[in-house]
Amino acid sequence: MKVLVAVKRVADANVKVRAKADGTDVDLNNVKMAINPFCEIAVEEAVRLKESGVAEEVVAVSIGDKSCQEQIRTSLALGADRGIQVETDANLQPLAIAKLLKAVIDRESPDLIILGKQSIDSDNNQTGQMLAALAGLAQGTFASEVVLEDGHARVTREVDGGLQTLNLKLPAVVTTDLRLNEPRYASLPNIMKAKKKPMDVLTPEELGVDVASKLTMVKVEPPAERSAGIIVESVEQLVDKLKNEAKVIS
Amino acid sequence: MDFRLSEEQEMLVATVRRFVDEEIMPHEEMVERTDQVPPELRQHILQKSVEAGLCAAGMPVELGGGGLDSMGLVLMYRELGRANMALQYAVPRPSNILQACVGEQREKYLYPCITGEKIDCLAMTEPDAGSDVRSMNCRAERNGDNWVINGTKHFISHAELSDFVILFAATGVDQTARGPRKRITSFLIDMDAPGLVRRDGYHSVSHRGYHNNILEFTDCVVPHSQVLGDVDKGFDVANDWLGATRLEVAASCLGRCDRALELAAEYAAQRRQFNQTIGSFQGVSFKLADMEVQRRAAELLLYDAAMKDVEGRMTDMDAAIAKLYCTEALAFISDEALQIHGGMGLMSDLPLERIWRDHRVERIWEGTSEVQRLIISRSILRPLEQGN
Repeated sequence: MKVLVAVKRVADANVKVRAKADGTDVDLNNVKMAINPFCEIAVEEAVRLKESGVAEEVVAVSIGDKSCQEQIRTSLALGADRGIQVETDANLQPLAIAKLLKAVIDRESPDLIILGKQSIDSDNNQTGQMLAALAGLAQGTFASEVVLEDGHARVTREVDGGLQTLNLKLPAVVTTDLRLNEPRYASLPNIMKAKKKPMDVLTPEELGVDVASKLTMVKVEPPAERSAGIIVESVEQLVDKLKNEAKVIS
Repeated sequence: MDFRLSEEQEMLVATVRRFVDEEIMPHEEMVERTDQVPPELRQHILQKSVEAGLCAAGMPVELGGGGLDSMGLVLMYRELGRANMALQYAVPRPSNILQACVGEQREKYLYPCITGEKIDCLAMTEPDAGSDVRSMNCRAERNGDNWVINGTKHFISHAELSDFVILFAATGVDQTARGPRKRITSFLIDMDAPGLVRRDGYHSVSHRGYHNNILEFTDCVVPHSQVLGDVDKGFDVANDWLGATRLEVAASCLGRCDRALELAAEYAAQRRQFNQTIGSFQGVSFKLADMEVQRRAAELLLYDAAMKDVEGRMTDMDAAIAKLYCTEALAFISDEALQIHGGMGLMSDLPLERIWRDHRVERIWEGTSEVQRLIISRSILRPLEQGN
């Protein structure tokens, strides 16, 4: 069984990002970059499937300029077997990513595709769903548990009302939630091995995908600064303020 | 010249940083408060380090180690150096000198150290032999197939946790033009050897939880097979394998420079006095600038030495410069960071207090700053002196 994992290069979760002065984008100059935490969970899940003998091969895919090879390499150091980079400098929207991943799936024919539920930079939460629709595959999003048996994936989903369990026919698309697993560290021996693992580079042209976006980002600006709160003396005072100042209760 | 890290090195840094954040930092305050690392916690960290492949990271892969070169080790020790010394020492780093083990010595000492099953310590310093290490009084005398050892060693780090000690003892004297010169031999001695008594050492201002010990040898008899390397060639063994330990000290100091500077910058950007952040006062902001300059310089000097070591061309002077500069940069940076914090900086509630306390030993052990300056100045002058 083959598992394909998509990984995205994003600003490190610990970095405080700023908007560029001209408001055209987020300023990523000299910012520490990392693998999107939800994608890291996806890699971990795939590697665990391999370690438990369910999967034979784990392929990590990333889309972007050459620098995203770093995140593929990190995935290889975490235990993926080989990498695929779809090289493009274009500013890609989820639909273009989903189309490119669909084209990769057509080539690779994986039995399971695992993605992060969203990336911490743009928080779109769209790619996995779009991919499943484009590829005509079953989808289990926001997974907190994945069990594979008899050509099916039993996916427990975190939904607003609690937990929902789906039984998906493979091949299927799964997107990870935060509690699916706790990703490991890349161990030193695996870091050393990562360099020797194969990495293919493809282009959108080779995959026959038009990545031109119909969306234009108009402006990026920081959220309005909030003033500091106050500590009230008593419950009575709190109720009074909620009633008369905030006017949220009557 | 390219000082960028490779992908592997970046990943190594990320792994060690996360290891420190998750496995070590949460226990720091407890160790600082109690001056102890509970044995089960030490075992847990050791086990985690084995899983992460960080145990014996500097030993060659062929021997079962991590196979990191000097540059990789420096990066690893820099990250580990951010944290409490006693805790980060739960990540086994067997002395390189053990690679001089031969035959059964490998089975008994080298390999178990690489798997983390045994811990070594190194005994060189004596009450009357510090920087002048060759003047040591601890001696070993040959008696048939055995050696009889007598003498006292002190400041022996983590001997209380060790299974054996790598001991340096005098085994004779040569008469030279500059006077008598002791011959030194290195031995592997199990901590439970008859005639060896370990006593708790002194209470140090630096590195809570990381203890030194006194070792007393009284007619301690060991077989000849316990000699490490060749008889009378103990310092050759040490010179072959121990040169890079100065880089280890330098790197861990650099890690603490990173942390002290982060703390100071954060505080300067947030703390408000006279209706503005204290960082907007030139008196504070220029301190930060000077600290950053020193940190960068320390980093470059250390990386320079490490990269030369990888290529086998690091000189004694290179290691001395790195050790000297990084330890003194930490002295400056930790002191200024504390000054920026004002009174709060002195309180043990913040990590800065211990970084400031811990820095003091770094200018003393692994060769004092003065010894490093001696090495550097001699390297400059020797080629110019007559008759050389």
